[in-house]
Amino acid sequence: METLVACCIGFLTACGIFLMLRGRTFPVMLGLTMLSYAVNLFIFTSGRLTLRGAAVLGTSEQYADPLPQALVLTAIVIGFAMTAFLVILAIRARADLGNDHVDGKLPDADVVRKESR
Amino acid sequence: MTLLWILLLPLLGSLVPVFTARWNRSACALATALPPAFALMLLLYHADAILAGGSVRFFQPWIPLLGLDITLILDGLAFLFALLILGIGLLIILYARYYLAPRDSMPRFYAYLMLFMTAMLGIVLSGNLLQLWLFWELTSISSFLLISFWWHKAEARRGARMALTVTGAGGLALLAAFLLIGQLVGSYDLQQVLASAELIQQHAWYPLILVLFLLGCFTKSAQFPFHFWLPNAMAAPTPVSAYLHSATMVKAGIFLLARFYPALSGTELWFVLVSITGLATLLIGAYLALFKHDLKGLLAYSTISHLGLITLLFGMGTDLAAVAGLFHIINHATFKASLFMAAGIIDHESGSRDMRKLNGLWQFMPITATLAMVAAAAMAGVPLLNGFLSKEMFFAETLHQHLLGSLSWVIPVLATVAGVFSVAYSMRFIHDVFFNGQPKGLTKTPHEPPRYMRVPVEVLVALCILVGLFPGYLIGDLLQAASQAVLPGEVPYYSLAIWHGFNLPLLMSVLALVGGTLIYVNRKHLFDFQNTLPDVDALNSFERGVKQFAERCSQLYQWLDSGSLQRYMTLTLLSFILLAGLPLTDLVTLWGGRAELPIDAVNATGATMLLIAAFATVVWHRKRVVALLMISVVGLMVSIAFTRFSAPDLALTQLSVEVVTIILLMLALFFLPHKTPKQSESSRVVRDLSVASMVGVIVGSLSYALMTRPFNSISDFFITNAKTGGGGTNVVNVILVDFRGFDTLGEITVLGIASLGIFKLLTRIPLFKPSSDGDGRPWALERHSLLLSTVSQSLLPLAVMVSIYIFFRGHNLPGGGFIAGLVTAVAIILQYIAQGVDWVKARMNVEYQRVVAVGLLIALATGAASWLFNRPFLTSWFDYFDLPVLGKLELASAIAFDLGVYVTVVGSTLLILASLGKMTTSHRPVHKETI
Repeated sequence: METLVACCIGFLTACGIFLMLRGRTFPVMLGLTMLSYAVNLFIFTSGRLTLRGAAVLGTSEQYADPLPQALVLTAIVIGFAMTAFLVILAIRARADLGNDHVDGKLPDADVVRKESR
Repeated sequence: MTLLWILLLPLLGSLVPVFTARWNRSACALATALPPAFALMLLLYHADAILAGGSVRFFQPWIPLLGLDITLILDGLAFLFALLILGIGLLIILYARYYLAPRDSMPRFYAYLMLFMTAMLGIVLSGNLLQLWLFWELTSISSFLLISFWWHKAEARRGARMALTVTGAGGLALLAAFLLIGQLVGSYDLQQVLASAELIQQHAWYPLILVLFLLGCFTKSAQFPFHFWLPNAMAAPTPVSAYLHSATMVKAGIFLLARFYPALSGTELWFVLVSITGLATLLIGAYLALFKHDLKGLLAYSTISHLGLITLLFGMGTDLAAVAGLFHIINHATFKASLFMAAGIIDHESGSRDMRKLNGLWQFMPITATLAMVAAAAMAGVPLLNGFLSKEMFFAETLHQHLLGSLSWVIPVLATVAGVFSVAYSMRFIHDVFFNGQPKGLTKTPHEPPRYMRVPVEVLVALCILVGLFPGYLIGDLLQAASQAVLPGEVPYYSLAIWHGFNLPLLMSVLALVGGTLIYVNRKHLFDFQNTLPDVDALNSFERGVKQFAERCSQLYQWLDSGSLQRYMTLTLLSFILLAGLPLTDLVTLWGGRAELPIDAVNATGATMLLIAAFATVVWHRKRVVALLMISVVGLMVSIAFTRFSAPDLALTQLSVEVVTIILLMLALFFLPHKTPKQSESSRVVRDLSVASMVGVIVGSLSYALMTRPFNSISDFFITNAKTGGGGTNVVNVILVDFRGFDTLGEITVLGIASLGIFKLLTRIPLFKPSSDGDGRPWALERHSLLLSTVSQSLLPLAVMVSIYIFFRGHNLPGGGFIAGLVTAVAIILQYIAQGVDWVKARMNVEYQRVVAVGLLIALATGAASWLFNRPFLTSWFDYFDLPVLGKLELASAIAFDLGVYVTVVGSTLLILASLGKMTTSHRPVHKETI
């Protein structure tokens, strides 16, 4: 099971990073969301995997580690706030700058290509 | 306490000239002189104790954990320097009163001067390394202001910049040395550092510390090869040169050498570095001084040479060398300050400092000439004057050292050579200026200065003579006390007598006097030779160097900071691969010995779906809506994973955040293009793919290595204490609202700030409203679906009830403020989607930023309430009550805190989404100017 989870985390990271390396804002936001899934899972699994052991006293014999869970819980909410900030920043940048490239301007090659059309 | 006042009085004094600027010049000067005069009296009040070998200490803790305290120590060494600083400072105030022209701003000058005086006193009195460094840098800054006092002259500005660059850079090196020492000794307290000589010198860092420390000292004290800034600082008004560049600031480096002599000296490295530098500076300064035609230029190089002499003394390591060094500090300060002032008088009254024009001034200003001649004779080391005594001691010490092994005899020879040149340039100062024919091409007829302008020179020259005649009587005690502070252990016996009989040092003095006269008489040949050498303009080459350096830096900067986010990220990720990947190669196997759980069908299916959805997101990332749908599947699978692996709270949170995030991204797509143009070249895709997969491999491996290792978690504490200490059985929730409540408070604050930031970003955004979707199809005419609005209306009370339920049970069962807040927010957002902004606005007109504020205030107030019971912030409380009807009920203060979390989450989420949603309507946030 651990192998499978580790593969998922690695794959999510790779997908997230690839998307974050794109040139337009929207894929970057998707990538960031994906990366935060991966990071949250990573931190969560640092408490090791436990089946049927929710950290509610009196419900099971062996409890899952509650500390990474508490960390990840707030991380999820803050991650949302940060994604939202990025989204609005992207919208504002598009409105102010007229394009949705992460650098705020289209790369030169692109401009040339457009002009030659 | 009096110690603190010695420091504070000049600081307050820097304000005095500003307030007395309207008075006449003499009154302003007098008022300025009062604070340092009081400080001097306070200093002398301690004289008895200090001269008896004691010391006074002032200590005021400030941030003890960081080693930052205000510590002042007045011992013999500090007393000597403080005396010079305050005494000569007072004379300079008097002198500057007459020196400055009516058009110069006297208050500004005095204010800078007082600031500088404070900084200097701070250096010598500091008993804490960091505090000392602060004052050290303050002298650099205030001397920059003083050198550039005539800022309308390009020469003054350039000279000031150069001095600041060189001494400031040295100051940074010094800071590094101090930090290293602090790390090593474990304290920044001077006394502890001085007592840790063995610890410092045997540590591997010692060479590094010493080099950095000496860089600081040598730049400040204009030692070769950093001497070039001092002649260029001569663009300063002469009182500044007399004060900073002869008596005080340039001595700061030497003061540090003396101050840290007990801690850092005594090693081979110290002797080699310090003595060679001192010797080189001594020779170069003495030689070059002869060829300067500018009076102040000559004095500047002579100062460099004398500073080299003192440095050499501190580097020789013989018993009395340090004593001789201290003695020469006093003597040099007196004769050089008076010579600078005399040069200033000549400049002031004849309009020139060029020795080719100045000749035969004796007939015009006999008194000044006499004073200058006595001071210059002291500089040359003529008997019966103070300079002779310390030079004799210097010569004697050069004979006792063993620095260069069998070649050690070279040093006394070179010292005599330097003495020869010193006599030669002193003679030039006397003969060229006051005799040697008639003045040539002066713009005005020279005359004696105002009576009181001469007083400071007279005082100092009188000291030169008196110390020369009665050394033991006048400064014996002072020198003894200062030496005691510098030398560890007993101060060896020495005699300050004028006559020591016929011995080698006397012979060296005689040789220097005779040789110097010979050289001066035959100077023409030497000048001709010197003229054939290429003339190096230190200022220009320095500025060229600085410019080239700045250009290199900006090239590097432009290469690094190209403005491309993709490039930054690639570089960051590559360094991550290096930093995280390399250590992994050291592991023999990733598996850490913990048995793996078996894979069941549900988990395998979930993982497969997650992988497929993630892959699909990447493949279809250019079709944005499709990619968004795919990523929502990923999020769903993640929350299922949380459920499977015993984290119900996380699953609930992830699920509700997922909903909110997808709605947010949907809204964003309304304002952004729906398709991403194909832009990346194939090579870039390959590059990004390889970077991404390498990072993925590393993270996955790390995660596997982590999961398969057995471990002891600190969580046992939380599990044991959740019920007894926090009053709840849901450990995750108890951690959030109780054990780590302060973290949670910080996190909801971040949430609130982010939402407020979003609110502000959306105000005044240029309006654009796409009228059709990406494919050119117009938006649906029917704005709100009837089915959805009917369902959502009936869903709202249900959802709110569920969220209240989740909220209250959160302390004992999965749930809590975060989750309940998200559920409520989703329910309300659903109303916006189904009914439109106008509909919601009419029924629920709430400003969400206020909701955020209320939530944060509730959380803060809950935390602060524990202060009322004399408990630390956020101490929680709970108890059980037997109520009629409801039965046994638990009430915990954590519930109130959780309520704050709940309200903040609801407010922030709605503020984010509703603000964005309103963009398309007439309710878009507008910026209101409030007065």
